Amino acid sequence: MSTATRTPPAPATDPAGEGPTIAVRHLLAQIGRYVFLCAVLGFFALPLLWLTTAPFDDTPTVTASLPQFTLDNFRALLDNPYALSSLRNSVYLAAGTAALVVTFAALAAYALSRVRVPGRDALLYGLLLLSSIVTGTATMVPLFELAFRLNLIDSRLGVILILSGGLLPAAIFILKDFMDSTPTSYEESARVFGASPLQIMRHIVVPLVRPGLATVGVWAVANVWGNFLVPFLLLRSPDKAPAAVIMYTLYTEGGQADLRLLSTFSLLYSLPVALMFVFVSSRYGFRFHGGIKR
Amino acid sequence: MVEGARPVTGASPAPDAAGLGRARATGFLVPSMVLILLFLVVPAVWTIYLGLTNYRLTGLAAANPQIVGLDNYTRALGDERFRTSLVLTLQFVLGSAVIGQAGLGFAIAFALRDRSGPLRRVVEAFVLLSWILPSSVVAFLWIALLDRDAGTLNALLGIPGTAWLLDHPMLSIIIFNTWRGTAFSMMLYAAALENVPRSHLETARLAGASTWQQLRDVVFPRIRGHVLTNLLLISLWTFNDFAPFLITAGGPEQRSEILPVYVYKVALSGGELGFGAAISFIMLLINLVIALVYLRMLGRRKEKA
Amino acid sequence: MSAKPRRAAGVLAAFTAVALAATACGDSSEPAGKDAKNITLTISANAIVGGKNSAGAEWIEKWVIPRFVEAQKAKGVTAKVTFVPSGVDDEQYKTKLALDLRSKGGADVIAVDGIWVGEFVQAGYLKPLSEVAGDQVDSWEGWSQIPETVQGLGSFEDKRYAIPLGTDGRVLYYNKKLFAQAGLPADWQPKSWQEILDAGAKLKALPGVTPIQINAGTAMGEATSMQGALPLLVGAGGEIWADGKWAGGNQPVKDVLDFYTKVYGGGLGDPKLQQEAKGRDKSFAEFAAGKIGILAEGDYFWRSVINPKDGIAKMADRDTTVGYALIPAKQPGAGIRGQDFVSMSGGGVRALNPNSKFPSQAWELLAFMHSAEAVKAELAGAARITARTDVNKEVLAADPMLNFVAEKVLPITAYRPPLAVYPQVSLALQEATADAASGKAVDATASAYQKKVEGFVGGPGNVTS
Repeated sequence: MSTATRTPPAPATDPAGEGPTIAVRHLLAQIGRYVFLCAVLGFFALPLLWLTTAPFDDTPTVTASLPQFTLDNFRALLDNPYALSSLRNSVYLAAGTAALVVTFAALAAYALSRVRVPGRDALLYGLLLLSSIVTGTATMVPLFELAFRLNLIDSRLGVILILSGGLLPAAIFILKDFMDSTPTSYEESARVFGASPLQIMRHIVVPLVRPGLATVGVWAVANVWGNFLVPFLLLRSPDKAPAAVIMYTLYTEGGQADLRLLSTFSLLYSLPVALMFVFVSSRYGFRFHGGIKR
Repeated sequence: MVEGARPVTGASPAPDAAGLGRARATGFLVPSMVLILLFLVVPAVWTIYLGLTNYRLTGLAAANPQIVGLDNYTRALGDERFRTSLVLTLQFVLGSAVIGQAGLGFAIAFALRDRSGPLRRVVEAFVLLSWILPSSVVAFLWIALLDRDAGTLNALLGIPGTAWLLDHPMLSIIIFNTWRGTAFSMMLYAAALENVPRSHLETARLAGASTWQQLRDVVFPRIRGHVLTNLLLISLWTFNDFAPFLITAGGPEQRSEILPVYVYKVALSGGELGFGAAISFIMLLINLVIALVYLRMLGRRKEKA
Repeated sequence: MSAKPRRAAGVLAAFTAVALAATACGDSSEPAGKDAKNITLTISANAIVGGKNSAGAEWIEKWVIPRFVEAQKAKGVTAKVTFVPSGVDDEQYKTKLALDLRSKGGADVIAVDGIWVGEFVQAGYLKPLSEVAGDQVDSWEGWSQIPETVQGLGSFEDKRYAIPLGTDGRVLYYNKKLFAQAGLPADWQPKSWQEILDAGAKLKALPGVTPIQINAGTAMGEATSMQGALPLLVGAGGEIWADGKWAGGNQPVKDVLDFYTKVYGGGLGDPKLQQEAKGRDKSFAEFAAGKIGILAEGDYFWRSVINPKDGIAKMADRDTTVGYALIPAKQPGAGIRGQDFVSMSGGGVRALNPNSKFPSQAWELLAFMHSAEAVKAELAGAARITARTDVNKEVLAADPMLNFVAEKVLPITAYRPPLAVYPQVSLALQEATADAASGKAVDATASAYQKKVEGFVGGPGNVTS
């Protein structure tokens, strides 16, 4: 008996006698599920509403409302000499960091997954804990001094290296579990045919864990995209400043937010990561394959 | 350092299928370890050292910092403001990470488990969008949502004048962080649920088990390892999350001053870098305790199972 | 001599972890010093074109730099001057400056808040101007144009470290329309705190009007200290720092807290507004909308907030509706130095980087930025109280309010101590005002404040109680 709901997988079998009650209960569960999912959708969409209305409003307030439609805010933003270049800088920093993190973390995760290194888990947990301390404000002096001694002040590379150092432990942690859950039989046969470990890595392991790499990459990009403190402290030239830093300059002398510029810039600032997410999820799949487990 | 980590070591696949060998494995590890050593371990150890001094960014103590031993630590532990802040942080982690993100993330993943099509894609897209947008933007979105006079929420509910951020600052940032971070848990549980054979759930359901019973008896035992990883990561991230500062600035009157915000105020606004570093180290130790508690709770039982 | 990237080395260093030792500056073959033919200078300020303090940034980029380069060219010197903009929170800007100066980097000419001078000097980040750039400093024509008190903004322990840009003063603004409705005079000048409270009591009768807005609590940050607690404190005859000691829970502090209790406990103020993250903005908007009777603010409020032309909360009828009065002492003669009226002031300054490669030329640039001509250009037609009396005479004549501040307020004003612990003491004071505004007992609040201050400044020996 198939239930009257519109949901696809109806139960295949139904032991005689208990059918109706189970069907009713099933129906209720289905309705409950829909209501729940709609509530979730509302909860997650509601705050985003403002971002879609305010940039097009000629006098934006904090209330999301139907705008007096205008594109003037975008024109005003284009007059800001740093707005567009800052987005380019953000792309540069985010892409560099993500590339570094994904490559290095994949190599390390693979090695940790396939070869028993003594104290491996303790090492990973320890680094994970340390990475949480380094994101705090108290570390800014050591980070700055370090960058200064390595001649990395006003260098985008310096920002990339420092951010990568902080993101790597969690990235290795996540990727190692992807590697653990992939079968090793292909690698063994490839090895029989004389492939080198790097070749095996590139042609066999990477395709298998691609959704994992994509997920870690997006995670790294999102982290860099929003990071203010590190680029602010390390970069000097305004033409190197990323969007996260420029976003903070759109206030007046007295600290009041310029809502027209701020809302418009917020939208432009958010679009690249949103587009990246759409691209990555349609191209590689955006999920944890098999999940991370320890 | 973390001996408790041992028991949960998952079954790694057959050792060294690709014939990597110790030497080459080390080679694979070197690039990330160098970066981590230089840009993570060095500043972290440096910070721990700063925690033993009275170092400040300006003033006399900047020119001649003195080693003050454990003074910063005794001062922090005796400080009412620190203790309040710690309690608020634990509330924040419990409310927004454990209950909020993990709970809601699992619920969404479970509700979507056998579904495909537009509804699933749209729900997932919105949940993920709130995860990847920059925090300065989402902070502004939430200020706009919760504003006392002109906020969208008050306009929607028809209750202008409700000062969410003033009257319920902790609740506000807990709900905010749930919104912000649920995506990670949702993705993780969605993947984990793929490991639960559908036939088992089906059998349980047909045997008349309620959803709750199905979860407890069929689902949970199979995803316990994932729950551990999930709780561990999101608790660490939430414990050190600075984003609530952008919404409430720790206020009103320190009623939402969680530890990362406290450190920011001590180290940046107050300029007391030594003291701030000491608090950061205490936070690290608390993180360690939290990690060990999770490993105990979820790891041991897994062994018995 | 900004900290330019010497990056090629950095890459290698990062991966080999060998080159932890810092290498000193690069090319040194250039003839340095006063006679250098090729000079590079950088200017740093918390301003950015298209963002915070955009006009100031534009002035540097489009007026100062081209003219200075031109003038140097006439002397046969090729000058390359760059501006490093910031445009962020003052605290963050300060942090960045301190990190730069600490590592002997940073711009040659640096704009800082006057309140930071002392702590930067103590940390060894700044040196006296004449030590950096030589005797030419003391013979500069501008010093004679800057009043002694205003010069104090850039001085510490009787030495000049920086040239002040300008200063400001705090007054009580009031809405004449509301005053008329409440039966109060249009030319109001209270002579004691009680007269402020009395006026508030009359304004309370008007529906939808908050009688008094005097900033309280930590959400307003330093605005609570500068526009609230400190002017009141000097009005009660107290000083936050005097003779090497910080003010603890002494009688003047208790008087201040008592005033807050009377305003917020007596229904004369909106206690909730003080807690809001954007509370100060809201107080501006409410005053502009005629919903606040009396507001304590600086002249910034007059020229940038309710300015009918380009204010952020424009008041078309500002000149006729808004009145301003001196802040009275608790009773006549009860203020510091026995004054009847009091105020607080602050202001920005520009200093030289002691590590400048071209200190002499950096001074030339700094002096040029503070010439009468440059200061007038910086104003770009707007009125503001600059450090120079010659410029003020010209530009303030058109604006009676700013003239009032320059003539009546500046002679009686007071400044904050430029010391590193000041921000913490200030925060403790803000917390105490929050407690008082929420109705806690004055004595308990004062002793809690005293205990906090003792913790910051090294024990009860450095605190007056």
